[in-house]
Amino acid sequence: MKGVSARRRATDRTMLTFLVLAVLLALVPLASILVEVILKGIGAIHGLSFFTQPPPGDANASGGGLANAIIGTLTMVALAAVVFIPLGILGAVYLTEFASGNRLSRAVRFFAEVMTGVPSIMVGVFAYSILVVLVFHHFSAIAGAFALGLIMWPIVLRTSEEMLSRVPTSVREASLALGTPKWRTVLKVVLPSAAAGLTTGSMLAVARAAGETAPLLFTALGSQYISFKLAQPMSALPLEIFSGAQSPFPDQIQRAWAGALTLIALVLVLTLVARFVAAKRSV
Amino acid sequence: MLGASALLLALALMVVRFLQLSWPVWKAHGLGWIVGTHWAPAEGIFGALPFIVGTVVTSVIALVIGTPIALGTALFVSEIAPAKIRRPISDLIDLLAAVPSVIYGLWGIIVVLPLLQPVEQFLADSLGRFIPIFAGPPSGTSFFAAGVVLAIMIVPTISAVTREVFVTVPQDVREAAFALGATRWEMIRYGVLPPAQAGIVGAVILGLGRALGETVAVLLLIGQIPSISKSIFSGGYSMASVIANEFGQSQEPLHLQALIAIGLVLFVVTVLMNIFARLLVGRAKA
Repeated sequence: MKGVSARRRATDRTMLTFLVLAVLLALVPLASILVEVILKGIGAIHGLSFFTQPPPGDANASGGGLANAIIGTLTMVALAAVVFIPLGILGAVYLTEFASGNRLSRAVRFFAEVMTGVPSIMVGVFAYSILVVLVFHHFSAIAGAFALGLIMWPIVLRTSEEMLSRVPTSVREASLALGTPKWRTVLKVVLPSAAAGLTTGSMLAVARAAGETAPLLFTALGSQYISFKLAQPMSALPLEIFSGAQSPFPDQIQRAWAGALTLIALVLVLTLVARFVAAKRSV
Repeated sequence: MLGASALLLALALMVVRFLQLSWPVWKAHGLGWIVGTHWAPAEGIFGALPFIVGTVVTSVIALVIGTPIALGTALFVSEIAPAKIRRPISDLIDLLAAVPSVIYGLWGIIVVLPLLQPVEQFLADSLGRFIPIFAGPPSGTSFFAAGVVLAIMIVPTISAVTREVFVTVPQDVREAAFALGATRWEMIRYGVLPPAQAGIVGAVILGLGRALGETVAVLLLIGQIPSISKSIFSGGYSMASVIANEFGQSQEPLHLQALIAIGLVLFVVTVLMNIFARLLVGRAKA
């Protein structure tokens, strides 16, 4: 730094300080969210009944839990995952193995990214317009799962496609050279070698869907009862947190914090495990 | 084949369904209702401008605050940070994207609003005397409150994309800058930022797209008042949040159709912006 004028040095120092400050400004909210959710959440979970009881009929009453919402979130996310993760991976297999480089595959890849930017509320309105308006004529867990699935789909497709395209061509060629048919090569060679990456993408999609509120508002609607009926309204953690955040009743706000802790634990565990899998066994 | 092209079909079907369901509104009011300033569903008056203004104002506030922070974090990670802490810091910033938006909303109401109160009061008392957009009295939930929380929510989006773009700037450029005697900031300013420009613009538009479509966090913080006000410290409404809030309560078919029409506008705008941004980022990374 010899020969650098004082003014240039000052600019350098100011700007570098700003960069560090920017990192702090981004990390302080993260820390604050985690600390608040953990402290307020732990304070609001009174024993196991939080996980086994539905909320009390009177929102103003204390006690009860959010078992309805925990079961609802798990049910709808699982239902969405069972249908849309295979759909996304199949789409990705088609793109990389059977149509790589052609115009359709480029268009699908591009619009999958565009679709991840669609406002999730509109995904909810779409699911409503199909399953609530045309099929069931009332709110249902299936409609909620459909909306969540539509959110997972492009994420799974996009990440799987990227992971599959990282499998070296030589691996495919080696298998084909042994006389293995294409479908067997894909099933026994390509997919297994990309397994870790596919798992990561799917888990990130599940984490994202589990935290969504807007798509469930006019599809699953919510319910204060523990319900396993897929054709009926169902609660979900984000929905309960959302009502709690708007509630004037301290007890309901308490349950919202406890729900927030449960949800954030679920989402962060999924996200962190996904990253761990990706780091551990990347292709 | 089906698994792949079905996605394109789904997107197309969305446009068709939204258009179909909102058709009576377009037929009855043409395009004029979009700039209508009055929203009174009970009287059958549907003007979308208050929501459009609210969406734009909160998103602009989010960009003004969020963009410098996001670019700063991305530059810090790609250019300044010692190799050991790069990964942990970028992972932590990515975690901000994993936090569900309803939790941002809850946290915003309980933690951020009380902290913003004195800031808003101070700005209203000082700048607010001369500049109408800062005029008081602050109302608690407001465009500003929603914008601040949105800013935090879009930081990870902009940061992650610009980080990827900075990484593609060849190492030679950095070494050449240092060889010419540049300071680290000059290396960034003249070496890294110029080739990354298109990518940065694309990343900011992606962030804007996320801000425009954000629903529940904004709904909880914006005040839910369907009127256009001059000050960012007063309450308002946004396109996504009015759909979330009124969709379930709408009695009149036309009310529901008007909400879907607002949604269609939002949908088309965000999709077009995403297409444009992806093209920019794609070109920058190539």
